[in-house]
Amino acid sequence: MAVIDTRGMSCPQPVLMTKKAVAGSGLTSKVEVLVDNAAALGNVTRFLKSAGFKNVDASPNGDDTLIRASK
Amino acid sequence: MRKSSIIVAGALIGLMSVALVKFGNPANMGLCIACFLRDTAGALGLHRAEVVQYIRPEVIGIVIGAMGSAMYFKEFSARGGSSPLTRFVLAVAVMIGALVFLGCPLRMILRLAAGDLNALIGLAGFACGIGMGIVFLNKGFSLKRNYKQNTLEGSLLPVVMMGLLGLLVIAPAFVFFSAEGPGSLHAPLLISLGAGVIAGVAAQRTRLCTMGGIRDAILFKDFYLLMGVGAILVTAFIGNLATGTFALGFESQPIAHTDGLWNFLGLFLTGWGSVLLGGCPLRQLILSGEGNSDSAVTVFGLIVGAAISHNFGLASSAKGVTANGQMAVILLLVVVAVISVMNLPMVTEKAKELKEAM
Repeated sequence: MAVIDTRGMSCPQPVLMTKKAVAGSGLTSKVEVLVDNAAALGNVTRFLKSAGFKNVDASPNGDDTLIRASK
Repeated sequence: MRKSSIIVAGALIGLMSVALVKFGNPANMGLCIACFLRDTAGALGLHRAEVVQYIRPEVIGIVIGAMGSAMYFKEFSARGGSSPLTRFVLAVAVMIGALVFLGCPLRMILRLAAGDLNALIGLAGFACGIGMGIVFLNKGFSLKRNYKQNTLEGSLLPVVMMGLLGLLVIAPAFVFFSAEGPGSLHAPLLISLGAGVIAGVAAQRTRLCTMGGIRDAILFKDFYLLMGVGAILVTAFIGNLATGTFALGFESQPIAHTDGLWNFLGLFLTGWGSVLLGGCPLRQLILSGEGNSDSAVTVFGLIVGAAISHNFGLASSAKGVTANGQMAVILLLVVVAVISVMNLPMVTEKAKELKEAM
């Protein structure tokens, strides 16, 4: 499973990092992305859904948000 | 965010832009972040172009509206420290490019919606500039991460904006207000301020960004932001038709010139710089309202860029482009190219290796 820490990054980097991780590992069916702002949360969620991840949910993780997605 | 919200946000901004012109703003300049920061710089005496000096309440409203909205929705977060000086320099370039074209990307959309075909060439330049930026994004361009800051750091730009509002209301003798030209044309203060606040809230909620619209469409085939930009174009077009301010053509367009090459290159520079900054001038105002002090530094870069533009004779006018403006655009394209390359991982990591080897 790919785990991506995008904290501190401004858009579009969180999405680019997610895209790279998802594409790079070929058959990734599970991914976790740590985001620290609402814009990144929206963008990464939208990207994961369009990349074929069916279950995408977000939960608070301290001051940040952890997005868990699986196909 | 839902698609319907960004379409509503874009439609609101498009309609308000047409309405602000009816209420007294210069033609096709209901909302223009570059022009309005330039006018504000002039009012403070940072440049002495007498026809473009006025503290624009729209800009103040946008920042305050974005801050209020971010606080209400618990999204206000003081952050900064991601290559602030690089951002400052990029912002100077973005502003100089915009003033060679005569408008920020938002005004480019508004000019297009009023039939100004020079803006179509500007749009082509803007899109190509964004494409250039994307090449570097795909190679890993990064201005590095930001860090949590204390609340005051994240609130200072909104505080400065409140100070500007104070100067506008009190109008002390040291503040300059144009007696003629675009700077003298403005809607009543409360209408401008109110429209700014509404635009600030709408853009904060939806993350509306003129550069982001084209960037995300190319980079991710994600058309969410582009729908907002499209909504601005369509509603402003309808508004212009309804109010009789639509005139199709290249010649005699308000506050515009017909030099295609420099319309293209001006916004090419603005588009490229905006990609590296992560947002167009409007988006920078919104982010600075959300507590992002890197964006606040960017806004100050835009203001200084405007001052340089007019002090050094770089800004175009309806008469055309200046020789100094052309040289500045070429020089700044080189500067932006150097910044693009120097922040690629292959360069930054190589530099680290060399340092460790020594």
